[in-house]
Amino acid sequence: MSEQPEEPGIVLTEEQKRRRRARSIAIALALGAFVIVIYLVTVVKLGPDVLRRPL
Amino acid sequence: MSLVSESADLAHPLRTEASARVSMAGVEDYLALMKPRVMSLVVFTALVGLVIAPGHLHPVIGFAALLCIAVGAGAAGALNMWYDADIDAVMTRTAQRPVPGGRVEPGEAFAFGVTLAAFSIVALGLLVNLIAAALLAFTIFFYVVVYTMWLKRSTPQNIVIGGAAGAFPPMIGWAAATGGIGIESCLLFLIIFFWTPPHFWALSLIRSEDYARAGVPMLPVVAGERETRRQILIYALVLAPVGASPWLLGYAGLAYGVVAIVSGAALLALAWRLWRAPSERIAKRLFAFSILYLFVLFAALLIEYALGGLFGRTFA
Repeated sequence: MSEQPEEPGIVLTEEQKRRRRARSIAIALALGAFVIVIYLVTVVKLGPDVLRRPL
Repeated sequence: MSLVSESADLAHPLRTEASARVSMAGVEDYLALMKPRVMSLVVFTALVGLVIAPGHLHPVIGFAALLCIAVGAGAAGALNMWYDADIDAVMTRTAQRPVPGGRVEPGEAFAFGVTLAAFSIVALGLLVNLIAAALLAFTIFFYVVVYTMWLKRSTPQNIVIGGAAGAFPPMIGWAAATGGIGIESCLLFLIIFFWTPPHFWALSLIRSEDYARAGVPMLPVVAGERETRRQILIYALVLAPVGASPWLLGYAGLAYGVVAIVSGAALLALAWRLWRAPSERIAKRLFAFSILYLFVLFAALLIEYALGGLFGRTFA
């Protein structure tokens, strides 16, 4: 079986890499903030009841 | 451009040359898609509706509600820019927006807007209450479908009816705090509803050539500048008493009443001057003052509430 030659694909420029990295960081920060908001609201809504559950 | 054709492109991302390009969008382009200046007004009016509503809302829940409303407003802005890219491209004021500027593909703006809309509505429903979520969903639908897709390109009354979308945020804030809709929140809705025509028509007087080139039937383009100035004066005559109505009906204190009457008289004076002696300078002043007018009215409500009814009765 002969090996297929590697295709170069799309090669990103430095500027494209920089912008993609900035977008990725922004998405990560937004998701992190979303998790924190959900966590805080859960604590506020449940309050002390979070520890009172049937065993 | 239609929803159907865009959806078809999204289903086959490599079909067109444009969609195969590597995105050059920066974070700032996605922030611009959310119309941050419009969003700030939405958040502020929603905050006032939320704070002055009767009852107690935990600050964390209140913050989550405002965040959802802000993201929902951003989603509506992104979907507006996706659909209106053809209009934006030929208008000087909007030609450099992310989609007509070529930095964000239409499909990306569409996906961004739909994702944010879904997240904000579901989160508001789960974290706060279903009434507020339903109002937010209706607001986004009204702005994107009723205003952007239908009214904006078909009638000079576009911003009159479409202005309802911008008037809902204080009602959403109120609903987040109370789980319902009160007369008081309807008054806040009416203030923004009657404020929108003189605000936007003052801008469209300045930019009427832009709107004409884009084929948008704004009032100055369709009915002429004289009729627009007459309509601005009529709406200002209605807005001034509506602005004072929370005090007149006993829902706000004297301090708010004085602020509303004085600022309403100033707005009316500018509208009268524009009607009597038309000039671009006065139109610009009216546009700028209308923003200040709305801010001052809602800030007065907020301050009056914070001072605990020092000058009389408050919403609470």
